[in-house]
Amino acid sequence: MRKNLNVIAAYSIMMGLIILVGIFQSWNIALSIFNLCLISAVMTMGANIQWGYAGLINFGIMGFTALGGLAAVLISVDPVQEAWSAGGFNIIFSLLLIIAMVLAVRYILKNYKKSKNRTYIVAAIIILGIVILRFISEPGIEAIEGVDPAKTGFLGGLGLPIIFSWIVGAFFAGGLAFVIGKVALGLRADYLAIATLLISEIVIAIIKHEDWLTRGVKNVIGLKRPAPYEVNLQQTDWFISLVEKFNSSKLNLITDLTERQSALNQLVIEGSSVFVKLCYSGLFLVVVIILLILTQKALYSPWGRMMRAIRDNEEAANAMGKNVVKQHLLIFVLGSAIVGIAGAMLVTQDGLFTPGSYRPLRYTFLIWVMVIIGGSGNNFGAILGGFVVWFLWIEAAPIGLYLVNLTTAGLDDTHFLKVHLIESVPYFRFLMMGVGLLVIMRYRPKGILPEKIEIK
Amino acid sequence: MDFVNAIILLLNYIFVPALAYGSQLALGAIFVTLIYGILRFANFATGDMMSFGTMFVILFTFYFQSVGISLGVLPTALLAIPFGIIFMVGYMLVIDKLVFKYYRTNKSPPVQLAMVSIGVMFVTQAVVRVIIGPSDRRFFDGEKFLIKAGEFKEMTGLNEGLAIKSTQVITIIVTLILVSTLFWFLNKTKTGKSMRAYSDNEDLALLSGIDPKKIVMITWVIAGILATIGGALYGLDKSFKPFTYFNNMLPIFAAAIVGGIGNPFGAFLGGYVIAFSEILLTYAYRKFFMYVLPESMEPDGLIQLLSTDYKFAVSFSILVIVLLYRPSGIFKGKVL
Repeated sequence: MRKNLNVIAAYSIMMGLIILVGIFQSWNIALSIFNLCLISAVMTMGANIQWGYAGLINFGIMGFTALGGLAAVLISVDPVQEAWSAGGFNIIFSLLLIIAMVLAVRYILKNYKKSKNRTYIVAAIIILGIVILRFISEPGIEAIEGVDPAKTGFLGGLGLPIIFSWIVGAFFAGGLAFVIGKVALGLRADYLAIATLLISEIVIAIIKHEDWLTRGVKNVIGLKRPAPYEVNLQQTDWFISLVEKFNSSKLNLITDLTERQSALNQLVIEGSSVFVKLCYSGLFLVVVIILLILTQKALYSPWGRMMRAIRDNEEAANAMGKNVVKQHLLIFVLGSAIVGIAGAMLVTQDGLFTPGSYRPLRYTFLIWVMVIIGGSGNNFGAILGGFVVWFLWIEAAPIGLYLVNLTTAGLDDTHFLKVHLIESVPYFRFLMMGVGLLVIMRYRPKGILPEKIEIK
Repeated sequence: MDFVNAIILLLNYIFVPALAYGSQLALGAIFVTLIYGILRFANFATGDMMSFGTMFVILFTFYFQSVGISLGVLPTALLAIPFGIIFMVGYMLVIDKLVFKYYRTNKSPPVQLAMVSIGVMFVTQAVVRVIIGPSDRRFFDGEKFLIKAGEFKEMTGLNEGLAIKSTQVITIIVTLILVSTLFWFLNKTKTGKSMRAYSDNEDLALLSGIDPKKIVMITWVIAGILATIGGALYGLDKSFKPFTYFNNMLPIFAAAIVGGIGNPFGAFLGGYVIAFSEILLTYAYRKFFMYVLPESMEPDGLIQLLSTDYKFAVSFSILVIVLLYRPSGIFKGKVL
């Protein structure tokens, strides 16, 4: 208990801050911050597994997040029948062709010795395959995108509950991570960082521009929810009576019946959105706790010990007979899969999929700031980092505004410097993140909650 | 005649734009490669450092315009570049002293320095946005075209016009001057040689009496010059927007690695490799084939290898292929 005191203290302060936001701003804001903190926590857990456990740099977090989001679309949206009948055949045929191509290349690579001829044949297969692929897929894609482009124009999904997409998102991201890992994991750390960063940009480019699959920059809106809708809640009796019970003291002060009714209506509207957010919080909390238990168990298992050994001294671990390449690949896939879950959760919460909003700053670098500030190698630290950084990211604007007002208090309200500074308040969050990261890296390089390894 | 038309078409839409874009990338790539080679880390603040320098060039341009100083047909920005460079170099030296020096003297692993550069990236981004704002800015003035498409058509009597923007010519000329000076400096002067020695083997260089402080300072100065000029040229040719500059970091990295990171000449050529392949692969060749092929064989489609949406993705794919088959880059840089 005593040795975990700093963990408990840090988390209580964090919770206290969120509750303060709830009291001073509104519970709605506090809960939306809390929910995104939870999602960020899942992302940081994924990044922490890769960086903290194994020392692998993954700057492709954005790509895995987007793939998770794509999974949410492909699982939950109802299939568009017309699009399937218009171009479904071509798409399926193209898919088969790709599989055949991959298998053919693999067969050749496996069964023939390395030679110039082999390289030429493989290149020929790939080029020929791409040409044929374009001939087959193009009419199909055009037909699909032509189906009611204002509303659909894509194949749609499976029409299943969106919760399933959290698992599917993990598989999507894990699958991509497997391919990337096979290609890039042999690279030295900073090259791996650049390579993954660029590969994630390719993933985003594909998601943005393959309209038949993702609707591209036209966005997919109105995804199904795992939680009730506000509008429905506002008309259910049990919810209204619940709100009434909660606020009975406040309501009893109002004697006039019509006034009381309108006050109640207002409370119900507010309460409904808080309730919906609470539902999400519950769901996310379950995911975070499950992942935390699993990652904690993994960290203290023989496997976790092996990963740390590999991280700290690759050669020695290799000499002890540990398969470094295989373990790196495994951990890269695992971490990315967790990020994929977070991506699906994010889209679930927003109820919309906007490929244009995936930017490396928000989805890769910010997550890294979270891991470093929180404490890499320590799951509690990584989660705390997610909370702290996201909280500051959102609250930076109010804090910045306060600071600007404080420092320029002597100036006239219309003074150009003051106006300019107040206009640029939104960018204080970048400054805060940057300075925070630099200070932590300099004076507390292991993060707020440093890694602690106890031998059990 | 048709054949000449086809050539002009390619020149107009592929060769000239790619050459200009490639020059801008090349300057950025040399910046990355110098920092990687001598200070030994991947600088993720590249794009934002370039935007920082460009910002001062823009501010000085606006100032000169307001007092009525101009270069006539040439853009005023050329006059403002030296002032931008002074501020940029100052900023870089301050950043180095406050941030990077500590990790360098502690011999931290390159990964840690790369992480620190992300912190610098955030800070620089905030500073740029606070000072000049996130919006799109154009600061080009002077004569816009060297040759206009219409004039060219009249002059030669061809169907296809060749338009050459003055910014493209300026970009290419300035890049050539700058890069040749840099190579002369690195290969012929004593300081340049000691920089290369330091990059090649730090311990050996220290043993032979090379002053690391001086090397580091000169590296930042050169890097500041490259970043400011590269950024200003890009801004003149297209427009200045902090977010675009941040994104430009990606093809710049691709160019540096494709050319062989740590090798300035490789980075220089890498810039052109990336630029040309981006434009060659996404150009619609329909018109070209209409000129070249007989009428009966005219193509129906656009004859485009990849849609222009994938412009960025092309350079990254090249990078991945290079990393797979020749990880040290086309011109052997540092081995991974």
